[in-house]
Amino acid sequence: MAIAIALVIIVVASVLFHFVSPWWATPLASNWKQMDDTLTITLVITGVFFVIINLFVAYIVWRYRHREGARAHYQPENSKLELWLIGGTTLGVIALLAPGLFVYAEYVRPPGDAMVLEVVGQQWQWGFRFPGQGGQLGTSDARFVTAANPLGVNPDDPRGQDDIIIAGNEVHLPLNRPVKVLLRSKDVLHDFYVPPFRARMNMVPGMVTSFWFTPTKAGTYEILCAQLCGVGHYNMRGKVVVEDAAAFDAWLRRQPTFALTMLKTPAPPATAGVSGAPAGADTLVEQGRALAQSKGCVGCHSIDGTVGVGPSWKGLYGSTGTFADGSSAKVDDAYLKTEITDPQARLVKGFGPLMPKMPLSEEEVSALVAYIRANGAGGAATQVGAASGAAAK
Amino acid sequence: MAYTDDAAHHGPTSFFTRYIWSQDHKVIAVQYTLVAIFVGLVGVVLSNLMRLQLGFPGHFTFIDANRYYQFVTMHGMIMVIYLLTALFLGGFGNYLIPLMVGARDMVFPYLNMLSFWVYFLSVLVLLSSFFVPGGPTGAGWTLYPPQAILRGTPGYEWGIILMLVSLLIFIVAATMGGLNYVTTVLQARTEGMTLMRMPLAVWGIFMATILALLAFPALFVSGLMMLLDRTLGTSFFMPAIVSLGQQLNYKGGSPLLFQHLFWFFGHPEVYIVALPAFGIVSDLISVHSRKSIFGYRTMVWAILAIGVLSVVVWAHHMFVSGMNPYFGFFFATTTLIIAIPTAIKVYNWVITLWRGDIHFSVPMLFAIAFVSTFVIGGLTGLFLGNVSVDIPLSNTYFVVAHFHMVMGVSPILVVFGGIYHWYPKVTGRMLNDTLGHIHFWVTFVGTYAIFFPMHYLGILGMPRRYYAYDNYAFIPESAHLMNAYISVAAFIVAAAQLLFIFNLAWSVRHGRLAGSNPWRAASLEWQTPQTPPVHGNWGPEQPVVHRWAYAYSVPGASEDFIAQNAPPDAGGAEPEPHASRGAVA
Repeated sequence: MAIAIALVIIVVASVLFHFVSPWWATPLASNWKQMDDTLTITLVITGVFFVIINLFVAYIVWRYRHREGARAHYQPENSKLELWLIGGTTLGVIALLAPGLFVYAEYVRPPGDAMVLEVVGQQWQWGFRFPGQGGQLGTSDARFVTAANPLGVNPDDPRGQDDIIIAGNEVHLPLNRPVKVLLRSKDVLHDFYVPPFRARMNMVPGMVTSFWFTPTKAGTYEILCAQLCGVGHYNMRGKVVVEDAAAFDAWLRRQPTFALTMLKTPAPPATAGVSGAPAGADTLVEQGRALAQSKGCVGCHSIDGTVGVGPSWKGLYGSTGTFADGSSAKVDDAYLKTEITDPQARLVKGFGPLMPKMPLSEEEVSALVAYIRANGAGGAATQVGAASGAAAK
Repeated sequence: MAYTDDAAHHGPTSFFTRYIWSQDHKVIAVQYTLVAIFVGLVGVVLSNLMRLQLGFPGHFTFIDANRYYQFVTMHGMIMVIYLLTALFLGGFGNYLIPLMVGARDMVFPYLNMLSFWVYFLSVLVLLSSFFVPGGPTGAGWTLYPPQAILRGTPGYEWGIILMLVSLLIFIVAATMGGLNYVTTVLQARTEGMTLMRMPLAVWGIFMATILALLAFPALFVSGLMMLLDRTLGTSFFMPAIVSLGQQLNYKGGSPLLFQHLFWFFGHPEVYIVALPAFGIVSDLISVHSRKSIFGYRTMVWAILAIGVLSVVVWAHHMFVSGMNPYFGFFFATTTLIIAIPTAIKVYNWVITLWRGDIHFSVPMLFAIAFVSTFVIGGLTGLFLGNVSVDIPLSNTYFVVAHFHMVMGVSPILVVFGGIYHWYPKVTGRMLNDTLGHIHFWVTFVGTYAIFFPMHYLGILGMPRRYYAYDNYAFIPESAHLMNAYISVAAFIVAAAQLLFIFNLAWSVRHGRLAGSNPWRAASLEWQTPQTPPVHGNWGPEQPVVHRWAYAYSVPGASEDFIAQNAPPDAGGAEPEPHASRGAVA
């Protein structure tokens, strides 16, 4: 008896929940309206089925509850009824499947004129590459990855020299132009997921995967990783800015080519501080910035004040750090050196024992410390970073 | 055959051989069940720890991201493998198969005993990973490489090795048990027990065991290959990789190969859990509504069809994995086809209730609740199986809601229903009814409260396996509130399980005496000469079967059930009587 009432309440509550729920798909910002439509079709068909079955069961258990002296009806089979049910269900399944497959047929065939965007994932950050003037991406391999070449572009491939390299977590895309996204990963599985675009795909080390979409709404969208990729998974953030073609072209022109990024590292300090950073901007700082990228530090330590898996480096230097045991110390060179070389020795309050011990040379540690110091001292380093297309805010 | 002599030979005499190194299928079933329930409780605690973090992020500092991912992983693996698989096959399978087909025991009792102890060893190895440096693995229960064996994933040091070793040991145990169950069903049925007279519970367990024997080897080899990748530096699943700034010495392996192997096991695994649940719930519904199961033969064919189809749907777990996208057409189609035999089963359960004489016993409540939760879990499968609907939803909370409803909550409700139903046979005493009702209501309503809203968080786009959701602009404050509410519901449901545990322990001594057939059921296990059944089950003579297991409310019969071994003239034959008794249908 109570179970019949409970089933009715479940149905009523579910339907009410659906209509008052503030949670629904994010406003669509791509061409994949059909995906939303198939979702709606599926929801309606399955929703009706859910309501009918539950209410029918509720009715039956109320109507045929045990009464003194009552006896159940005896009917072991009814082939005709069963055939009807099989037939009806088959039709329902076809109604669900067919539209889904039509949409999918479009999903697997990107338009011929789609522009190419390469997304490269690593624990726990994003990098991007566009083909340059030549229109073709150079080949790439994890073996080519160095501090100066974080995306692992083949330095000997002439087609890759003009590729546009975006080493930071923010990428721009032009409005209303189909994009074929090529996906790579340097380490583990990731998934390039921007909820309002709907379309997405895993990134698999050792191979290139792809999908396509057309951004249809200007705005800034969050990139999330949607395939468990280690302890920093929940914090692998990025940004896509969709803007009109002119703004996009202007942005793209400001990004360095692969050839330029390869020139830069060995170059003298002067080239590092192009965009008005204090003259003599330290090579050490620039080295530290590159290391922070290539060693994956920035996956956990932001330079814009966002607290991630680890403390942000913004304003860290010179502040007072508190440890898990309640003691504290001023953040200086010695403090940072200890933390980098033996991260588990003293845990900073509020953060877990996540940081791996890195095999770093003495010089590399000094470079990182210099970079962190620069971030603490009024954000000068952020500008150096911006100049070379780093993850400056 | 001189059974009494046999009994003198094989009947265990000491406490040790009777309860510890026992070769009696009933004792082994209880051993399996108790260990599975214990490890299941660990799984529940882990889920509550996860909910503490998700509902109240930052309030419980001992749950850092490392630990959170370790909880996620261990919770998933424990629940799917060490609780559900072990409990349905090792627990219910062991207890029910010989009794329901009229056998004296499993055909290989010694192997059966080994199966349990090897399972026990796998549990010990699994749990030991909580106590090694670095703790258990945090790779997620799917253990996808390369992540599972690289720095950057907790438990990289020892946890992943122990996990893989434990799985390998578990598979050895499941294989020993599985060969036994299949052989017993095929070879040890008593006179008159044709295949098409077997209770659906046996059919479900039988088919699930065949699937387990075919699917577990895929997990075995993939586990072994990953173990070699981790320990010896082979590259089965490992391409060239730059991990946290370091070039590793791997080359040329394929992470997708692992996913194919894993899901070639993993999808049949869903049915390894679901088919026994389907079978058991069919019996519960029939007995407690005093009505023969509707469309028995269709139900059997549906079990077979689901079993066969379940091995050609695996890549629907991989629609966005990066495999050749054209596979999507095939796997979406097979996946939606499997919905047809599954829907048939739902219809037949409902039609069995129709015009029944429905007793609201605790097992029946769980069975009805199962139909409801299985319907919602199955229907959301139609979203995820349909490739273009799946793309935006994959790896979101929608997936979490779906699989918890369909292969977490639903089978667990059947486990509870089954335990309330057969406990009187196992112990001779009834479980306490009041405690049972409280346990049922909190569990049933609570699981809806937990998982229903998650579908909507998933459609919103909240990714699963996130330690925290701070500062994501598309996630509104209300979603965080909802997470806190879900956590509270999860704590209440977890607490209610303690009532169940208490009931199990208390009723062994204090429960109402049950008698041999408290539910007035027709199947053989209720017709044993003693309750609980003694070693050898049947006394001097094995029962002879004259009809199917569903002769309920047969017109003209004096009672509303006719036992399977009642004399032939009692009537109640199955819809299509078999010409020759004992023939294999």
